[in-house]
Amino acid sequence: MNALSSAVLRYSPLLILALCWEAAARSGLFSSSSLPPLSAIALAWVDLARSGDLTGNTLASLWRTGAGLGLAIVIGAVLGFAMAFWRGAETALSPVVELFYPLPKSALIPVTALWLGFGDGSKILLICMGCMLPVTMGAFNGALSADRTLLWSARSLGASRLRSMWDVVLPSAVPELLNGIRTALALSFVLLVSSELIVSREGLGYLIGFLGSNGTYESMFAVVLTVAFIGFLADQLFESFVRRILAWRD
Amino acid sequence: MAGLTTPSFAARAGHLALRWSLVVALFVSWELLTRSRTFTPFMLPSPQSVLERIWRDGSSGDLFINMALTIYRALAGFLIAAMLGVSIGLLMARNAGLRWFLDPVISVGFPMPKITFLPVIVLWLGFYDTAKISMVVFDAIFPILTATIAGVRSVEKELIWSARNLGARERDLLWQILLPAASPQILTGLQVALPIALIVAVVAEMMMGGYGMGGAMIQASRMADSRGVFAGILEISIVGWIFVKAMVMLRARLLFWHAQR
Repeated sequence: MNALSSAVLRYSPLLILALCWEAAARSGLFSSSSLPPLSAIALAWVDLARSGDLTGNTLASLWRTGAGLGLAIVIGAVLGFAMAFWRGAETALSPVVELFYPLPKSALIPVTALWLGFGDGSKILLICMGCMLPVTMGAFNGALSADRTLLWSARSLGASRLRSMWDVVLPSAVPELLNGIRTALALSFVLLVSSELIVSREGLGYLIGFLGSNGTYESMFAVVLTVAFIGFLADQLFESFVRRILAWRD
Repeated sequence: MAGLTTPSFAARAGHLALRWSLVVALFVSWELLTRSRTFTPFMLPSPQSVLERIWRDGSSGDLFINMALTIYRALAGFLIAAMLGVSIGLLMARNAGLRWFLDPVISVGFPMPKITFLPVIVLWLGFYDTAKISMVVFDAIFPILTATIAGVRSVEKELIWSARNLGARERDLLWQILLPAASPQILTGLQVALPIALIVAVVAEMMMGGYGMGGAMIQASRMADSRGVFAGILEISIVGWIFVKAMVMLRARLLFWHAQR
């Protein structure tokens, strides 16, 4: 009960903001299309959920993010560790990483659309390409941060190169790697929504654009808030997952 | 420590030469890849044709108009976000009521994909620069705000107490103690925010169309003009690279007195 009341107190500013929104929308100062009241948005959300539009497009979007991000994590981590362990890989890859790291990832939207069209493939490729580098950098920096003395001790105690990599370097790389993945997670939603807003025929971003151009603004706001909430929720879930994984560190 | 052992000029030149030769190697392998006909010129146009395209856009002036507009939108939004973010962050550090109100708003807003609100901003502000710049501000302000709050929070209490003891007023405290002491973290926040500003400016242009690098690229993509798309990527990555390097230089210059350059 105590935890609940402190949570209510902590998040009461959000409640106040919501009430202000409702009051402003009902005051008639703004046209109802540019600022629909939150209660109308909630009703529109229920309608959308009932009609199945929301679930179908949410699943399409989640599949794209999941697949793209999953690929990015696997490829990115492998590349990052390879760069940390083999000088040759570092020499070959570091200029590529350095060239592409500052590239505004959204610039890839038109290319992936050009290559793979408007469907799932182009979004998955976009998210994979866009989210890979933060993971690579996390894995690389994390692996380099491994304590040298620990590594030397493992080697001198007879652990093979591979074995010491697995037992010493990987665990010490985990915090930085997870940090990189968190950045990638946030980026994946940004890329997903922007690409769906710009070139798509399915997904939450598409639904927002479609409802907006139809003039059903309550529904548009409902989907916008849903996407924002999903992004927020994903981050919170990831954070609690990280806390659980890293529980062994002090 | 790094400052004590500056690498010799020869070593630096060698390092630089190695880097650039690798960039050249990247271009050569791109050229070879297109020559090998693994991909059609539509999927992967040759670097030569892309450079020719950039040259043509440059000589017709389109390149500079688009680049200047995108840079203007990104930088205008970034500067507004920086001013608002740093001042709100500082105010929050000194005012418990404001902190109580904004803390949950920031902790919910920070991890949200703000770009989702782009259609709402279009609905409110239309398709012109105001809407694009507002979107940039909305997205770029969060890393600056959180960095400022964290920076001010980490200022040593002893420093504040001593200043108070020596008779510093609230304003002196802000300008002479809090802001300088928090500046390394604030600059880190700015370094995160600037690429975000560019990304958002480009996405906003792609969605709303019109002039600007994002608009030009999406137009090229709709016309299946792959050279135009690749030229756009190259141009935008050069702008992005310049932004990142400029922030690093600005940091070194502003923090010359600090260990965390």
